[in-house]
Amino acid sequence: MTTFTRRATLGALLLTAASSLALTAGTAQAEGETITIGYAVARTGPSATGAGITTIPNYELWVDTVNKAGGLKLPDGSQKMIEVVEYDDRSSNEDLVRAIERLAAQDKVDLILPPWGTGPNLAIAPLMARFGYPQLAVTAVTDKAPEFAARWDRSYWMLGGGHDYAKGLVDVLAAARDAGTINNKVAVVSVADGFGIDLINGARPAFEAAGFELAYDATYPLGTSDFATLLNDAQGSGADSFVAFSYPPGSFGMTKTAQSMGYNPKVFYVSVGGAFPIYPGIADGNAEGVMAIGGVDADSPAIQDYFARHTAFVGNPPDSWASAITYASLEMLAQAVERVGLDHAALAAELSNGTFETVIGEVKLEDNQLRDLWWVGQWQGGAFRAVNPGDKAGAATPVIPKPEW
Amino acid sequence: MMRIILPLAGLVLLALLPLWLSDYGLGLMVGAATYVTLASAWALFSGHTHYVSLATVAFYGIGAYTVAVLNEVLPYPLVLMVAGAMGAGLALIVGLSTLRLKGVYFVIFSFGLAELIRQLITWYEVNVTGTLGRYIFLEITTAGIYWQMLGLGALTLALTAWIHRNRLGLALRVIGDDEAVAAHSGIHLARVKLIAFVLSAVILTLAGAITSPRYVYVEPSIVFNPTVSFLTVIMALLGGANRLCGPMLGAVPLFLLFEWLSAHFPDSYPIFLGLMFIAVVFVLPNGVIAGVETLRHKLREARS
Amino acid sequence: MIVTTLILGLVLGGTYALLALGLTLQYGIARIMNLAYGELTLIAAFGLVALFQQAGISPLLSLLVLPVLGYGLGWILYQGMMRPLVARSDGTGRLEVDSILATFGLLFLIQGLLLLAFGANFTSISYLDRGVSILGVSVALNRLIAFGICVLSGGALVWALNRTTWGLRMRAVALTPGSAPLVGIDVNRIARQGFAIGTALACVAGASISMYQTFSATGGVIFTMKALVIVIMGGVGNVPGALIAGLALGLLETFVATAIDPGLTLAATFTIFLAVLLWRPQGLFGARS
Repeated sequence: MTTFTRRATLGALLLTAASSLALTAGTAQAEGETITIGYAVARTGPSATGAGITTIPNYELWVDTVNKAGGLKLPDGSQKMIEVVEYDDRSSNEDLVRAIERLAAQDKVDLILPPWGTGPNLAIAPLMARFGYPQLAVTAVTDKAPEFAARWDRSYWMLGGGHDYAKGLVDVLAAARDAGTINNKVAVVSVADGFGIDLINGARPAFEAAGFELAYDATYPLGTSDFATLLNDAQGSGADSFVAFSYPPGSFGMTKTAQSMGYNPKVFYVSVGGAFPIYPGIADGNAEGVMAIGGVDADSPAIQDYFARHTAFVGNPPDSWASAITYASLEMLAQAVERVGLDHAALAAELSNGTFETVIGEVKLEDNQLRDLWWVGQWQGGAFRAVNPGDKAGAATPVIPKPEW
Repeated sequence: MMRIILPLAGLVLLALLPLWLSDYGLGLMVGAATYVTLASAWALFSGHTHYVSLATVAFYGIGAYTVAVLNEVLPYPLVLMVAGAMGAGLALIVGLSTLRLKGVYFVIFSFGLAELIRQLITWYEVNVTGTLGRYIFLEITTAGIYWQMLGLGALTLALTAWIHRNRLGLALRVIGDDEAVAAHSGIHLARVKLIAFVLSAVILTLAGAITSPRYVYVEPSIVFNPTVSFLTVIMALLGGANRLCGPMLGAVPLFLLFEWLSAHFPDSYPIFLGLMFIAVVFVLPNGVIAGVETLRHKLREARS
Repeated sequence: MIVTTLILGLVLGGTYALLALGLTLQYGIARIMNLAYGELTLIAAFGLVALFQQAGISPLLSLLVLPVLGYGLGWILYQGMMRPLVARSDGTGRLEVDSILATFGLLFLIQGLLLLAFGANFTSISYLDRGVSILGVSVALNRLIAFGICVLSGGALVWALNRTTWGLRMRAVALTPGSAPLVGIDVNRIARQGFAIGTALACVAGASISMYQTFSATGGVIFTMKALVIVIMGGVGNVPGALIAGLALGLLETFVATAIDPGLTLAATFTIFLAVLLWRPQGLFGARS
């Protein structure tokens, strides 16, 4: 029996070695025929929901658009079709890291598109830097963006930090309070997760500095499904403004609960999910006046055209926060390739210094970060419109108080 | 003599692999070595006693989290030692209180334990330290991680082999067959189970600590990913959890299969995982090795 | 203040108890610890939404139809998957581990199929989402309906188990599956019925959940965990125990959220759950065996 086991083990090891070789053999790239673009995104697992709304549809739409137009343009005027290499990271950073190694070292793709989420983007940043690929991290909200951009000089952070969004919201509320529309009490709830904590940590000092009183300030665990108690306490706090730093299940749940219990604060703010196209449906057609994170200039022809193309290709409109920026980051990449080609160093320099024409307007990065962003948006007349920063072109005027549900 | 030389030669060969492998090849080896270590460590306790533990990720996550908390204040070897001690401490507490639970209760408890630890760390971080999400900026190369994991894996297998020949192994086997008989034959049930559980937990914790530099950014929801527990169980059972090489023979092919699936069927990974579980239960209830042996017996009988 | 906590807690607890009824029945009578339970509730939730959105069928009608389909599904699952395991185990403890692993596989299989069929998006509908005032506390009508369904089906189940000969047979199988055949009971048939009714109840729970909660294809484990906690607290196979434990859990979470810290609701749940497992594994209301 022992001899048998040993022989079986040996056989299995040989088999393993053989299949490893088969896996690592990879596909020999036909040099120059196409441009290969690789990405590893969560198709399955807990992150699949976020990736499936913001990241994957835009990648697919962009590749389709470019290829239908004859391919990516290169500096010499020629065009090459895009060939996609895609892996599922199963929402596990360990698998993600290995997939990036596979794309860079094995498939030797020309460009790598980033995964969805702050954690995943940080997990791959050292690898991307080591292999020299530019990393256009869109779906990563982090206050440490300046630090990261300095640490990995080919990484670009395009969605701002928690402090920015918190400050934008406080600006909107402070203006309304100074106009006498709302009182100076705020009820805040936040999800116990990196994102929620970043925002609440930015919001607490900002609210205090603006003279607001946090009449209710609670954190709830990820996975909470019942918000009746939370909203009941918020309602009892006497605050005119309700602010939730939440993820989609929470944003949706709180909206429904507020409606059914007749909680009508003058400001109702939710975070991720509030700008999703399904939000008005969840609010049963009464989304008017709800504020949320992000926003787009809904009247700009470029955005309207993008929304129409997204709807035609994917089947539903994009979300009004990170989707347009994701798409814009891909347009930047295409224009940078057209100007300087596929050399990673030249590409990185062009992305850092160049100016690009995109669906969100003209984009120029500052210290490898996109700072010209919308922080607060509001549902107005069936569209999710950006309201803050108020002095940015295309900003709508916030409607406060919100009409009752 | 050969029994020692052959594995050692294999180990040396595996240790030299980074000289030839690409970055991706090395990444694959790290992943394979990690799962071989996890599955073997899991089987060290569960293989003979038949206690199906889903707490793997509780220990694995604690290892990773310890590195994330301490990587900037302590030198790396010391961090590893602290992580091991944390794992041992938790395993002692958990073991002392739970190892009298049996069957389904133990399974559920171990799963609940992982969730509870995740909730408690989250709450602590949010309310006490005020941050969530920590960074690991350690200058450890992939090859360095690979060598550490290889060493840990080899150590686990050596330990298992030693225990199998030892009184502890015999005691574990008797417990797995019938706890009442074991108690009557003078085996100190609680102590034997506890020793095996703590040993297994320390290895699981160290495995988490060693791989953590590959995460860079650590959050409870990232390191306490229940899939790790599920994969460990299915890998060990597929190979045969009560054999020395069983977990390894289950871990490597399954790991490679999932790697292949993630490229060719990115949408359907859960379906394959599910079918795999069902297949193991129905077709290979005692693992591949036992399955092949039965088949050979049958063939031999048919011939004679 | 206290009235509010009580009412909100009871309504929440009712939805929890409804979730746990089927699982406790499946384990108590069929002896299958069904870890794919949450996925079964999700099938019904997706089914209700699909019928509502694609075919315009009223959710209340689906609430009547889906459990019938669920009964059929449970019947097939038991006959095709669980029965061979039961036969193989021959009354030994092996069935527990085998059924856990097999239903684990089922969990991933269903989850994968749901992902393929419905995608990874959050799904949510608004139906009967208006408030009803009870003693001055506003409660969502759809949650109140779920609470009502819970009380009705739970009550009916308790009555049937205690007052009918069918219930007597069920209890006989649950207590001593070994000696039930001696009095002429077809254990296999009763176990199959128990499992199928459990699946039907899972569908009832899933269908009512889909009316008030956002869900996605990957969220079934959360339902399973919740149900498991309640089943263990009430004592496995103990239907009234599950009802009371569900209500108690709802009250507990609401109380922790109001009086201590909403951040600790889940931690409190797991603490109690682990404590019950350790000190009273037979459940809060079970007799010591």
